[in-house]
Amino acid sequence: MSQQTSVLYDVPGPRQRRITLISSIVATVVLIVGAYFLVYRPLDEKGQFSMELWGPLVDPANENFTLVWERIGLGLKNTLTAAALAIVASLVVGTLLAVLRIQLKSFTGRRFTGLAAPVAYLLRGLSLLLSAITRVCVEVFRGLPVVITIFFVARGFPEFGISFDTLWYLVIGLTIYNSVVIAEILRSGMEGLPGGQREAAAAIGLSPLQATRMILLPQSFRIMLPALISQLVVVLKDTSLGFIISYEETLNIGKQIIGVLGNPIQVYVVIAVLFIVVNYSLSKLAQYVQRRLSQGRKTAGTPAQQPPAAALISQAEGGGAGGAGT
Amino acid sequence: MNVLIDKFDVFAGGFWLTLQLCLLAAIGALLLGALLAVLRISPVPPLRAVGTGYVNVFRNMPLTVVMFFAAFGLPALGSNADFLRIPVIDSLFTRLGTDLPYFRFALIALVLYTAAFVCEALRSGVNAVPAGQAEAARSLGLTFGQNLRYVVLPQSWKASVVPLGSVIIAMIKNSALAGFFGVVGDLSATADQLTGAEGYAFVPVAIGISIGYLIMTVPLGALLDRIEKRQAVAR
Repeated sequence: MSQQTSVLYDVPGPRQRRITLISSIVATVVLIVGAYFLVYRPLDEKGQFSMELWGPLVDPANENFTLVWERIGLGLKNTLTAAALAIVASLVVGTLLAVLRIQLKSFTGRRFTGLAAPVAYLLRGLSLLLSAITRVCVEVFRGLPVVITIFFVARGFPEFGISFDTLWYLVIGLTIYNSVVIAEILRSGMEGLPGGQREAAAAIGLSPLQATRMILLPQSFRIMLPALISQLVVVLKDTSLGFIISYEETLNIGKQIIGVLGNPIQVYVVIAVLFIVVNYSLSKLAQYVQRRLSQGRKTAGTPAQQPPAAALISQAEGGGAGGAGT
Repeated sequence: MNVLIDKFDVFAGGFWLTLQLCLLAAIGALLLGALLAVLRISPVPPLRAVGTGYVNVFRNMPLTVVMFFAAFGLPALGSNADFLRIPVIDSLFTRLGTDLPYFRFALIALVLYTAAFVCEALRSGVNAVPAGQAEAARSLGLTFGQNLRYVVLPQSWKASVVPLGSVIIAMIKNSALAGFFGVVGDLSATADQLTGAEGYAFVPVAIGISIGYLIMTVPLGALLDRIEKRQAVAR
């Protein structure tokens, strides 16, 4: 990044360095003064920095401290549980969906020779139909907001007489949305691979399914790993939507604490910091993995092919309500 | 299925409100995001730090938290977001001028959150311009500003269109959250209202609401796919 941006201007000489220094100081002063008058002063006047409001969160001696953090801990545990379940489920379902779509696509091109004509037509029609259905499902669930999906799951399932714990509504809602996104990530990864991979697999006698499973999917996972990790961030952010179906995740617990102690800003600052720390480390991990992967490709001497990862990552990151939710 | 016909005006109203929110938020986010992108590539270190900090904070925070901040933080700052009651515009987008501030709060939260992603999309476009272009411009003696204006930005724009589009699609989807934050009458609030308080059958309402969102997201997505394919060929 810094290497890229520095291309835009020369290495500064003495005059430019002076200008940069002066404008840096001016900018810093303006920012600090602006923050003081626009943010600090009004908040201070309303007593938002008083220990009364912050105490339960930061002061171990406060009577509520242990209780508050116990609750937040519970909320974190619930958030992480929901996120872990959702990401595992969406990886599994997404992979299956990607393989299914690739498989159906290869079927639609086949003529099923060697079978009786009616059976062949039936099979062709069936594969066309199935591939259309999966396509529509993918488009619909990718186009619906994940909040709405979760809401529909939570309202719709009891309507049909199926009721679970709220955790499962949240997990199912998140899984529906994210598995579709992951399926698209993996599928475009597989379609971005050089055609020679599939042809070589066919040449050594692998069936299409075997080729997908043993040749294409592992490579696609590798190429798309950064995008998949970014999707993890999205899932983690989207678990906070659990509050609309009153699942006891971090934000909901925060709301309960606020209901008792009446310190919304302070509680949300703490929750925001928690989220930022976890998600920032995850994004850093994604960047690190991406760097490692591109280095690996370079040293192996293979031509550096450009996967459509960049666009997909931004899409995935914005994807949920957490992205862009995304 | 009657609910779709009986309550058509409710669905249409919800759609219109969501569309208003999205339009305003898209404009705001594009402006703020462009400003942030300029900060992030500027030669002045504190400004760069501000841009980077902003993006890291807002990208890693759930939109839900941003919305809560807007709803609780702005009143604490002594503002009901009244500065958004812009005289001419609020006669077109009537919700901007109402006494209940939730539409404005939701709008602000959406703008703040989306701007971080817009900034990243624009910056990825700038990074996609080959380094030689900017170097050649520099060696011609163009200053930082000229370099950006005449050489880098016109080219980066092309590479930014697709990521920007996906950010906007994501923003449309994110706007659904506003309905659960007291913005009465947008599509998601309509879903809640009709299936909950008014007790209509679930499936038709779900279909109606889904159509409302899909009308906005699917054509935009298809358009982006086309642009992406055309660019892939051009490259």
